[in-house]
Amino acid sequence: MSEISAEQVAHLANLARIALTEEEIEHLTTELGQIMQAVEKVSEVATPDVVPTSHPIPLHNPLREDVPTDVLSVEQALSGAPEHDGTRFVVSAILGEEQ
Amino acid sequence: MSDLIRLNAADLAAKLASGEVSSVEATKAHLDRIAAVDGAVHAFLHVNAEALETAADVDRRRAAGEELGPLAGVPIAVKDVLVTKGMPSTSGSRILEGWIPPYDATPVRKVREAGMVPLGKTNMDEFAMGSSTEHSAYGPTHNPWDLDRIPGGSGGGSAAAVAAFEAPLALGSDTGGSIRQPAHVTGTVGTKPTYGGVSRYGSIALASSLDQVGPVSRTVLDAALLHDVIAGHDPHDQTSIPDAWPSMADAVRRADVSGLRIGVVKELDSDGFQAGVRQRFHESLELLAANGAEIVEVSAPNFEYAIAAYYLILPAEASSNLAKFDSVRFGLRVVPEGGGTVEEVMAATREAGFGPEVKRRIILGTYALSAGYYDAYYGSAQKVRTLVQQDFDAAFAQVDVLATPTAPTTAFKLGEKLDDPLSMYLNDVATIPANLAGVPGISVPTGLAPEDGLPVGIQFLAPAREDARLYNVGGALEAILVDRWGGPLLSQAPDLSTHELMATEEGVV
Repeated sequence: MSEISAEQVAHLANLARIALTEEEIEHLTTELGQIMQAVEKVSEVATPDVVPTSHPIPLHNPLREDVPTDVLSVEQALSGAPEHDGTRFVVSAILGEEQ
Repeated sequence: MSDLIRLNAADLAAKLASGEVSSVEATKAHLDRIAAVDGAVHAFLHVNAEALETAADVDRRRAAGEELGPLAGVPIAVKDVLVTKGMPSTSGSRILEGWIPPYDATPVRKVREAGMVPLGKTNMDEFAMGSSTEHSAYGPTHNPWDLDRIPGGSGGGSAAAVAAFEAPLALGSDTGGSIRQPAHVTGTVGTKPTYGGVSRYGSIALASSLDQVGPVSRTVLDAALLHDVIAGHDPHDQTSIPDAWPSMADAVRRADVSGLRIGVVKELDSDGFQAGVRQRFHESLELLAANGAEIVEVSAPNFEYAIAAYYLILPAEASSNLAKFDSVRFGLRVVPEGGGTVEEVMAATREAGFGPEVKRRIILGTYALSAGYYDAYYGSAQKVRTLVQQDFDAAFAQVDVLATPTAPTTAFKLGEKLDDPLSMYLNDVATIPANLAGVPGISVPTGLAPEDGLPVGIQFLAPAREDARLYNVGGALEAILVDRWGGPLLSQAPDLSTHELMATEEGVV
C-alpha cells in the first residue's frame, strides 16, 4: 500500500496547489514511502470493532443567536491582502486560455 | 545582569504591586536583556516597539488606584503562532512575512486585559511543524544551555526566551508536545491544558483537533498564574469548554502529594530513553514517594501506535487548515513569469512560501485523505485515537496522575536530525498521547543528565478537566527539588552575556 510513485506525488502536489520542482518531487517520493510505511502500523490495531474518534472532548454543537457580533470591518479584512480595490479582494483570471 | 530579569513572574508581580518596581523598569530590563543576548539565542522574531508605552500605561493605572490583576505589569513573550494586533504574525513561515493581523488571538487579548506587557513574538518551527525550531523560515533558535543545540520545538523560541531570562513568561502552543518538549530541553516549565481549556481563536491552526495554547515559565507557580489568566470559555472557539475552572495557582500554593497515586507508564519507561533522562525520572519518583505519594506501574499498550496515528491525523488536518494560504486574503503572492490563473498563482505562492517540512506534511495529509485511502489511513488513525483514550481511561481508573519522562533524550545538536524526518518525529513519543486524548500535561525540570549536563524534565498527565492535579504534583516536586539543589536549576545555566561577548570577539555573531 505504501508504494508511492513520482507521478502520484506530482498529482498530490497539484491537488494541494504547490508547484513542486522535479527535484522536490523526487525527494518527497522517497520520504513519503518511508513515512507511510511507518504510519501503516495503525492498521495492526484499527480493527472493524473499534469506533473512530474525531474529537478528543465530546461536546454538543454549540449554537448562538443569529445576530452580528464583533466581526472584522471590510477595511480590516482587506488590510493584509496582496491586492484589493478597497471593497473586494483582487485575484487573477479564474480560467486559463485553453479553458 | 539586572536582578529584575532573574525574578520569577510571581515575585516580580509582588514587587510591582508593592510599588517597589515599576512595570517600565521591569520591561526595560527585559528589553535590554533581549538586546544583549538575543543575537546569540534568536528566541524573538519581533520585539514590540510599544512595550514601554504599554508598561507606562499599567504604571499609570496602578498609580491611579485601579484594581489590577495578579500579573499586571509583568512582561510576556508570545509565540508567533498567535495573531497579534499591531505586531507581525508569521507562524514561522515566509508565506506570512510582514503580515500584521487585524485582531488579537483570545489568549493575547486576555493577557493584555490582565495588564501584562507583550515583549514580542517568539520563533517556532514553521506552522508549528517540528521539534527543534530548525524548520523556522527565519533561522533556528539556540538552546541557552548550549548554543549549538536545539531549544526544542515547535515552541523553542518561547522556551529559550524564558530560559535565557529574556522574559519571565511566554505563551506557547502544543499540538504534539510543542510546549512540553521545549520545556524539557531548556530546564523550564510548560503546560498543555485540557483540549478546549484555552481558546484557540486566533491561534494559526496546525491540527485543529490537537492544538492547545498554554503557559511557558521558569516555575510551576508562574505557569499556573498565567494559566489562570488565559483559561476560560470563549464563544469564538466552538471547541471551547464552557465549564468554570478552579485556580491553578491555588493548586500550587496548596501542593501536597501525600496519598496521591502516581502511575508510571511502563511502555514509556524503556531502553529507548537516554540513561540520564531515566535516572532523573526515577529519582523524582522516589522523592515523591518519600513525600507520601504512591507509585504504581500502569500499562498503556496502545501508546506505541500513537505516533503513527498522529502522523496521519496531523498532516490530514494541516493540509486542510493550510489551504487558507491561497495568496488572496493575506500574506505572500507570487505570480509566475508571464502571469497565470488564480490556481497557478496559488501554486507558485505556496511553492515559494512554504518550507520543506510544511510541503512534506501537506502532501502526506493530501495522500492520507485521498479517495480510496481515507479509511485505511485517516479512519484507522481515528480508531487508534479511541484506543489511546481507552488506555488513559483504564489508567486513570487506577491512579490520579500519570508520569513519564517528557522526551527520550536531552537537547540534540542543531542539524543532527534535520535530514531524517522519522527520527525527528520520535521526539514526541511521550507527549503525543495527551494530544490525541485531549488530556492535560505538564513538564517540570528534574535536573541535568549526568552524561551531558543538559536539562531533563518529567511529564505529568491528568484526566481531562483535571489540570489542577498537574499543578499540585508539579508544584510539590519542584519545591522538593529546588530545596535539594539549593536554588532553581536555571541558576546553573551558562552566563550568556559572557558567551555573547566571546562570540563577538571571535567574529561569530
